[in-house]
Amino acid sequence: MALLETRKLSMDFGGLRAIDTIDVTIEAHEIVSLIGPNGAGKTTVFNCVTGIFAPTSGEIRYRGESLVGLRPNQVTARGVARTFQNIRLFREMTVLENVMVGSHCRMKAGVAGAVFRPGAVIKEEEEAVARALDLLRFVALEEKADLWARQLPYGDQRRLEIARAMASDPTLLLLDEPAAGMNPQETNALMELIRLIRDRGITVLLIEHHMKVVMGISDRLIVLDHGVKIAEGKPEAIREDPTVIGAYLGQESIGA
Amino acid sequence: MRTPSRSMPLRQRPLLRIVLASLWFGLLSLPLMMELQAPYFGLGRPLMVSVVVGLVGLLWWLASQWSERLRHVVARVVDTGGSHVRQLAEGPGRRLLYALALACAVLIPLGLNRYYIDVLTQVGMYVTLALGLNIVVGLAGLLDLGYIAFYAVGAYTYGLLSTRIGLSFWEVLPLGALLAAIFGVLLGIPVLRLRGDYLAIVTLGFGEMIRITLNNWDSLTRGPNGIIGIARPKIWGFTFSNPIHYYYLIVAIVLLTIFVVDRLNRSRIGRAWTAMRDDEVAAEVMGIDLMKTKLLAFGLGATWAGLAGVFFAGKMTFISPESFTFFESVIILCMVVLGGMGSVPGVILGAALLVILPEMMRQFALYRMLIFGGAMVMMMVLRPQGLIASPRRAIALRREDQARSAVVKPASERLGLPSRGERKRGTP
Repeated sequence: MALLETRKLSMDFGGLRAIDTIDVTIEAHEIVSLIGPNGAGKTTVFNCVTGIFAPTSGEIRYRGESLVGLRPNQVTARGVARTFQNIRLFREMTVLENVMVGSHCRMKAGVAGAVFRPGAVIKEEEEAVARALDLLRFVALEEKADLWARQLPYGDQRRLEIARAMASDPTLLLLDEPAAGMNPQETNALMELIRLIRDRGITVLLIEHHMKVVMGISDRLIVLDHGVKIAEGKPEAIREDPTVIGAYLGQESIGA
Repeated sequence: MRTPSRSMPLRQRPLLRIVLASLWFGLLSLPLMMELQAPYFGLGRPLMVSVVVGLVGLLWWLASQWSERLRHVVARVVDTGGSHVRQLAEGPGRRLLYALALACAVLIPLGLNRYYIDVLTQVGMYVTLALGLNIVVGLAGLLDLGYIAFYAVGAYTYGLLSTRIGLSFWEVLPLGALLAAIFGVLLGIPVLRLRGDYLAIVTLGFGEMIRITLNNWDSLTRGPNGIIGIARPKIWGFTFSNPIHYYYLIVAIVLLTIFVVDRLNRSRIGRAWTAMRDDEVAAEVMGIDLMKTKLLAFGLGATWAGLAGVFFAGKMTFISPESFTFFESVIILCMVVLGGMGSVPGVILGAALLVILPEMMRQFALYRMLIFGGAMVMMMVLRPQGLIASPRRAIALRREDQARSAVVKPASERLGLPSRGERKRGTP
């Protein structure tokens, strides 16, 4: 059974069809890239999967269970986490707290727990801190744990978003343009990071414009254009695909 | 006629700006100026009004010229003070400090007369109210302009249950808090989808609804006449009669409030509130149930207003809808904003200032509210984040220097990132 599967997924905004009957299948332990020119509908696919938008029609199945009609927090609780294209960190919280918010849905403490603070709650908090620090070490932000999130430089903010998303203990991680605004060194580190995430048993679906990243780490590519899936396959095959070159890669030097 | 101001930004035309601001102020304050029976120093009324208006314009211009520098100075003074307080409050001697503060709170009133004790009791009541509103506005970021309604719910719960059924103060105290919490949640349900201005307007409407209902439901609440003869609190045959008894009772309530609000703030729920305040969409995607979290904020915020309301009814033995006007909601909101949204010590300071200062300014009588309003405006211009900024922010800022000097851990090398030193050299 596929980990994530969409069947004839469509989303209309008024008269505009942002995505049109898209079928996507993601298998467990893959790294899949969703690529396409601006406005192709890539982020809309993410928004539909994570429950921010309710699709106009079509089906989204995660481990065989429908995600359509669920609120974003319910989708996260089922094991799908994401980052945002335009970084959406909690700016008034520390780096550590940002990651701890990510594990919100894996924690249980209620009002009584917060006020009376029994042993179980103290333990839960300590575990959450330990896990958050572990994730910060994983994305190389450990020594900035006490900074305010908005004080971080751009590349660090992107990696913090990844750590925050991973704190919800996902099986499927959706990354929306993780390399945007990163310098070459940071981009290399990011590629390594994404591989390490996969090694942790997390399936990665990413939207990316940076061809080096896309071609370097993807097991499979899915190409969208004007809301329609125009190609799908291994990076080498996509590189040669005339439809894709016409729609998108024609203007770029591949593998630069 | 050609208007040169169109082509040139107003900021580059200070004179025009003073004139416009003065005229506008004069227009706004015209009704007030015409009513005042103030001394005119021998000048005619129109002349005097013009002089005042001109002076205000000049002041405003000066303030705008100096606001940047002034803000900086204010920030330095307040932050230095704040960081000393914080170091004391988090240092090794903090238990001693808390004990000392408590001892002051217990002992000082023994040497004061009834009037001062009464003012301090008021401070306690408003601290409780402001800390409750701080949950909704400061932590969860939901602008609530009808907060006083929950105070009314608490007060009328005790008023009615005491005079009609004869329930005691101690029985009603938790009941009033619970009922206020339920009202908080009930208000929360219809406004779940609203944000910002819209939320403020709906909550404002809700506050007025409660007050108008209390004012008109004669058979239950006796309308504008209010409820009289509410029983004073009793404990083991001892009746609360002296102001100092009420003072100690409110100290206990304030301690409970501080304890609970602080624990909530430092819990999973507090993090969820702050996250929701910062970015609702991101918070929901991170797995926070917005509906539940918002209702919790409304309910837990209203609880403290309910408690304060029961206390108020027990202390005054008389309540009427007059005590629960929109203006009260605004004052409590001012306490939260002035003190520093989300910051417990800040809100306590804000509440204390806004109760004590108007009392001290009683000699200015008519001008009291004018001075008060002016002070609020100055405050917001010079220190928009409040007197004592939220500790979340403060901790982050305080540790910045430490983190800067920290040695880069090997973790960054594993990912092939340059250490901070290398990166600095790399950038011109």
